[in-house]
Amino acid sequence: MSVRTQISDDVLPSTAGPVRRKRSLPPLIVHLLWAVLGLALVILLTLVTDPFTNLRMATVGYYLIAVAGLALLTGFNGQISLGHGAFMFIGAYTVALLVIHVPTFPLWLDLVLAAVASGVAGALAGAAAARLKGPYLAGATLALAVGLPALTQRFPDFLGGSNGLNFTVNSTPDGLVGVVPPTRWQTWVVWLTVLIALVLLANLIRGRIGRSFRAVRDDEVSAALAGIHIGRTKILAFLVSAVCGGLAGGLQAFLLGTAAPGSFTVALSLSLLAAVVLGGLGSIWGALWGAIALVYFQAWSEDFADVLHLSTNVANNLPLAVYGVILIFVILVFPHGIQGGIQRLRALRGRSKRSEGES
Amino acid sequence: MRKSRSAQLIAGALAGALVLAGCSGAGETSTNPAAPAADSSTGVTKDSVVIGTHQPLTGPAAPGYSKISVGARAVYSYINDAGGINGRKIDYKVEDDGYNPTKTVEVVKKLVLQEKVFAIVGGLGTPTHSKVVDYLNTEGVPDLLVSSGALAWDDPKKSPMTFGYQVDYTREGKIQGKYIKENFAGKKVGYFTQNDDVGRDTQKGLDQFLTEQTVSKQGYDSANTDVTPQLSALKAAGAEVVVCECVPAFTALSILAAAKIGYKPQFVVSSIGADPTTLSGLLQDFAKRSGASVSSAQLLSGLVGTGYLPDVGLIDDPWVKFFKDIHDKYIPAEPLTNTVMYGMVQAYTFSQALKAAGPDLTRQKLVDAMTSGSLKGPGLTPFGFSKDSHSGYTGAYVFQINPDTTTKILQPPAVTDRATGAITPYSGERLTPEQVNLTAK
Repeated sequence: MSVRTQISDDVLPSTAGPVRRKRSLPPLIVHLLWAVLGLALVILLTLVTDPFTNLRMATVGYYLIAVAGLALLTGFNGQISLGHGAFMFIGAYTVALLVIHVPTFPLWLDLVLAAVASGVAGALAGAAAARLKGPYLAGATLALAVGLPALTQRFPDFLGGSNGLNFTVNSTPDGLVGVVPPTRWQTWVVWLTVLIALVLLANLIRGRIGRSFRAVRDDEVSAALAGIHIGRTKILAFLVSAVCGGLAGGLQAFLLGTAAPGSFTVALSLSLLAAVVLGGLGSIWGALWGAIALVYFQAWSEDFADVLHLSTNVANNLPLAVYGVILIFVILVFPHGIQGGIQRLRALRGRSKRSEGES
Repeated sequence: MRKSRSAQLIAGALAGALVLAGCSGAGETSTNPAAPAADSSTGVTKDSVVIGTHQPLTGPAAPGYSKISVGARAVYSYINDAGGINGRKIDYKVEDDGYNPTKTVEVVKKLVLQEKVFAIVGGLGTPTHSKVVDYLNTEGVPDLLVSSGALAWDDPKKSPMTFGYQVDYTREGKIQGKYIKENFAGKKVGYFTQNDDVGRDTQKGLDQFLTEQTVSKQGYDSANTDVTPQLSALKAAGAEVVVCECVPAFTALSILAAAKIGYKPQFVVSSIGADPTTLSGLLQDFAKRSGASVSSAQLLSGLVGTGYLPDVGLIDDPWVKFFKDIHDKYIPAEPLTNTVMYGMVQAYTFSQALKAAGPDLTRQKLVDAMTSGSLKGPGLTPFGFSKDSHSGYTGAYVFQINPDTTTKILQPPAVTDRATGAITPYSGERLTPEQVNLTAK
C-alpha cells in the first residue's frame, strides 16, 4: 500500500513538471555534479585520515555499488535476490584471472570485462528468475550463491581451489609512486569507479527504463497493458543489478589482491540484502547508509567487544548480534529504512515550518 | 536524442579519465617499487613491542584452532611478568579473520597500518595467509612462524620476511608415506585431503611411497561439513588405511562419518588434525549436535598421527612441565591440549628470536636472528632456518592414540627434506628450559 502512495508522489511532480523542469538542470548534469562533489569529498577525507581508514572507505565504496545494484533489483523492480554474492564472485574472479593471465590489460579494462561477465551471468540468471516469484525466486538465487563458488573446486588448477587466487595489482601511475600512498590511490580508484556507475544507475532509474521497472513492480498486468514487456524488463533489472555486483567484486579483488571462494559465502549475499533493507529499499542514498552500516557496525562492535574484554565466545558473536538488533530496531522505527527515516524527519520539519508560517 | 549524445560524450570522457588512471597493465609489476625499510623499528618503544596475528576465532577452522592464540597469550603474559624481552613487554594483538581470506587481508592491513605492529607472528592458515605474504614483504614487515605447513612460506628470495613454523606438508607426507609402506605393507590406502595446499603438498610426499597401494583419493572443502560421500567412496574402494590430511574439525567429522556407515579403516592423521584432546572434545560436540552420544576414547583408540612438538601427555618432558606451569598459572580454566601447546611453543620461539635480535631492535635484526640457526628449544625436531631456507620444523615422529586417549610413540623423530631426499632418524641434542633461560636478563 505504502509503496503505491510513494509512486504517486513520484509521478505527480513529473506530470506537473514541464514548467519547472525547464529551469532546473537536466538530471544527468545534476547527478554528475553530485558525483563530482562526492569524489571531492572522498579525496578530502582520504587526505585527512590514516591509511587504514582509507581502506575502510574503499570497502564502503565497493559495498555501496553492490548494495545499490541490489536495491535497484529489489526496491525498484520488486525481485528478490539472495545470491548477489555470486555476482561479486564472478567479478572478482574475472579481475583476478585477467590480472594473472593478461597482465598487459589496464585496470579499467579488467573492471569493464568483470562487469560484462557478471552482466552475462545476470542476464542468464534473470531469464530464469523472470519466471519465478517470491520464495521460489529467493530459493533459485540462493542456489546461485551456494553453487557458484563451488566451481573453484571443480577447476582447482585454473581457479585455485579453496585457496583461491592471489596477485598484486599495480595501479598507481609511475609518477605517483611514493607520492600518493597506495591505499589512498586505491580508494580514489574505487570511488571514481563507483561514482561513475552510480551516475549511470541514477540516470537509468530516473529515465524510461526506471519507470518501467517500477511499473512492473507495482502491477504486472497494468504494466503489460501499458505496453511494457514484463519478461524483458525483469531480465534487464537483473542484468543491471548483476553488473553492479560484478563491479563490486572486481573492485574488491583490485583492492585486496585476492579472490577466494571463502569470501563469497551465503552470509555475504544475506548481509548485502540486509544492508539494502537497513538503508532503505529503492534509494541510492539508502544504499550508502546500508554500505556504511555493513562496514562500520561490525568494526565498531568489534572494538567495543575489545574494550569490554569480553570472552571470545561473546565477542565473536557480538557484531552479528548488534547488527541484528540494529536491523530490527530500524525496521520497527523506520519501516522504510534509514533513508525512509531521514525523509520522514525532513517531511515533519517541513510541515512544522509551514504551520509556523501559517500561524 | 540530445540527451543520449551528451550521455555518450560524458561516458567517453569518464572512460578517458579511467584510461589515464590506469594506463599501465594491471598485472605488470611496477618499474620502481618502493624499497621496504628493513631497518625500521615500527611498533617498538623503550619498554614495549607490538606484534599481531590473524586467527580463526570464528568460522570453519575455529574448532580447535581458536585456542592457539590463548596459549600464545599465556606465554607472553609469563614473559611480561618476568620483565619482558630485553626490557620490552610484548603487546600481542589478535585479530579474528574467520578463516575468510578477504577478512585476512583486511585485518592484516589493520594490524600493519593502524596498530603499527613490529611483526606478524603465527598468522594461521594457507588460504588465508597466502593472501598477505606479498603485502607483508612489500611493506617489509617480518612475517614469522606462519601457522601452516604449506611449502610457500619457504621462499627466501621472493619472500625474505616470511618464515614457516610447523613441519611442512611434504616432509610430513614423506614420513607418513614411508611409515605406512613399512608397517601396513600390502594394504589398500585411501587419501582424504583438504582441497588446497594441504592436500597438494602432502600428496607430493605420500606419493613417493604409496602410489602402488593407493586405491582412492578424496578431497573436502572446508565450507562443506558433510563428508559422508567421500568416506563412502573410500569404503567402496576398499581402502584399509585412510590418510586424513585434515584440520581437527574434519578429522572428527570423518571419524564420525566412517562410524555412521560402519567403516573401520586405520586412520593416519597429520599433525594439524591429530591432537587427541581437541579431537575428543570435537567428537563429543558434533555427536551431541546430531543427537547421538559417542565414546570418543573408543573412536580415537588406535588412530596413528604425526607430531613434532612434545605431547601434553608426556608429563616427564621438561618442556611439557614448563608449559604446564605457565598454563596452570595463566589459563587454568582452559584444557591443556596439544593445540594450546602449539601456540605456546610458537610464542616462546618468537620470544627467543626477539631476544637474539638484541636490545637495539630493528626488523632486519629480527630476520637475521631467525636465519642465524640459533633457535633451539621445545621442538623434537630442529628448525630448518638458515640463509637459504625459511622452512620450520624439518621432521616428525609417529604416534598412536591409546584407548585412554594418551599417546605412545611408534617411531622416534626423523628428519628429511622437502624434495626426494632420504628420511633419517634425528638424534640431535635438545636444550632444556633452564638451558635456554629466556627470561634471564
